[in-house]
Amino acid sequence: MNNNPFVRPMKKNGFWHRAFDLYYEGFRNMTLGKTLWAIILIKLFIIFVVLKIFFFPNYISERATDGKESEFVADQMIKRAE
Amino acid sequence: MTNLILNIDPGTIDWSRAQFALTAIYHWLFVPLTLGLAVIMGIAETIYYKKRTDFWKKTTQFWQRLFGVNFAMGVATGIILEFEFGTNWSNYSWFVGDIFGAPLAIEGIVAFFMESTFVAVMFFGWKKVSAGFHLASTWLTGLGATISAWWILVANAWMQYPVGCTFNPDTMRNEMTSFMEVALSPFAIDKFCHTVISSWIIGAVFVIAVSCWYLLKRRHVCMAVQSIRIAVIVGLTAALGAAVTGHKSGQTVAQVQPMKLAAMEALYNGGNEMDLTMIAWINPFEQPNYTKEEEPPMKLALPYGLSMMATNTLDGYVPGINNLLNGYIKADGTVEPSADEKIARGRLAIQALSDYRKAKAEGADEETTTAYLSTLNENYQYFGYGYVMDKRDLVPSIPINFWAFRTMVGLGCLFILFFGLVIILIFDIPFVSLLFRRLLSAIGLLPETASDRTTAAEAMPRWLCWSAIIMVPLAYIASESGWLLAEFGRQPWTIQDMLPTWVAVSELQSSSVMITFFLFLILFTTMLAVEISILLKQIKKGPEL
Repeated sequence: MNNNPFVRPMKKNGFWHRAFDLYYEGFRNMTLGKTLWAIILIKLFIIFVVLKIFFFPNYISERATDGKESEFVADQMIKRAE
Repeated sequence: MTNLILNIDPGTIDWSRAQFALTAIYHWLFVPLTLGLAVIMGIAETIYYKKRTDFWKKTTQFWQRLFGVNFAMGVATGIILEFEFGTNWSNYSWFVGDIFGAPLAIEGIVAFFMESTFVAVMFFGWKKVSAGFHLASTWLTGLGATISAWWILVANAWMQYPVGCTFNPDTMRNEMTSFMEVALSPFAIDKFCHTVISSWIIGAVFVIAVSCWYLLKRRHVCMAVQSIRIAVIVGLTAALGAAVTGHKSGQTVAQVQPMKLAAMEALYNGGNEMDLTMIAWINPFEQPNYTKEEEPPMKLALPYGLSMMATNTLDGYVPGINNLLNGYIKADGTVEPSADEKIARGRLAIQALSDYRKAKAEGADEETTTAYLSTLNENYQYFGYGYVMDKRDLVPSIPINFWAFRTMVGLGCLFILFFGLVIILIFDIPFVSLLFRRLLSAIGLLPETASDRTTAAEAMPRWLCWSAIIMVPLAYIASESGWLLAEFGRQPWTIQDMLPTWVAVSELQSSSVMITFFLFLILFTTMLAVEISILLKQIKKGPEL
């Protein structure tokens, strides 16, 4: 029993409790969902950790000086018309 | 492309295009099934909400399960495209990112959050929320996915028809001047309607195919029949809707991308009262000699069809490839400049940009910089043409566009026939159903015992069930053909008339782009194989009826 007068216990039929319960019970009772979530997490890891870091750097940020990106792009674009 | 004098490796351009095409094609394998299945599961749950039977609840949950598998597989496949913008297409990203990025950002913040919130209620909320709230969540999941599609298609439509923007030579960026013009451009509206409606065809075909498989196995017959009834109505409505929206799209393309229309029709020389080519001999592997040939050989055409499609009149003028390259007088009497004139004006614009930036850097007086700015603005409409060395590069691949268009439309007509036949057989339409059953029975396509009043399951003969299963890959081929047409028809532009591919692309080593291409090929093929195996397992398991 909560004896702290400054903390109001969460009502079991309150919105936030029911929302939490929806997700908690939902994830806990997943069957096929567990497999799908595992695949999603593996995919996200490959995309954001492997691919993004090693294969998809920001081209302009790596090559242009900070604040001089427009000069860099202008040089690139004007050069290609020559 | 071999005539281009470039200081960038042509291999980089082609591998970058190939990589983007590969990731976009794979992404588009998952999206239309999400959009299409969302409608069907929404209808199934609406029927459950009205009838409150366990049968309709289980039916709905079965289609939602398959929706969930496809949704999970499709999640994040689009993110790689955004990575490619920043790495492989960096000039494009900088030049137009302020406009192109806005709809993508809205898609991520609004639509995706809406989808992900309500999909959780849809899957977890059967025993937790009221039937009405659950039904609303199911429809809102589909609506969220559709709104996502809206913003992505707005971004793509802007590439085809760049409106609502102005170029800032100081920042080297195109800046949005009207959000509404971008979000509600006629090209975006046409593209959204046609793309989403065609996705409903895929959803319908998928549901009918799975249901027909159950009929062939004589399992879950009642669920199969009821699901076919829902799906075939959605499918026929969508197929007819796709034809109407496709016609509207054709008119928009005729106005803003006439070269795309000419390429997809293999229309070398235009005129009034133009026929619509049904079929012709176009070598799939070679750009035809459109300057020498009058028209493609073995052409079978629908009289006045192209004028009708492009202008909604039987005698409307439609320019051909040679007209677009050499200049012509438009229907309203104005002159469309030749490619040479556009190239010359484009070069003026690029030179003016260079002079302006140099003058500003050197601190030249305002009169000088204003003069350069004025030249730039007067010729900016043809800015992209200034990069073209050979006007033949303005002509996209005629074989790809020609055959992609015919594949898409031909299969679209097939779907109309297929859905029409299924509707007649699965529903008991007075006179019509009986007439068709007797006709099919007379030619041996329907067992004689099924010729009169019969069960809906018996009315679906085995050859039609197998045909339904074959329709699934055909529906995907039609859908992807539409995208091939949209994107190959836009070449050589990344942004129509503004930025050709060889200026948009980053100066990367072609070998590094090639490596990522094959990496994606392996990754996406593996993901696709995993999805198909999980889907097939769930289909084999069936609904919990």
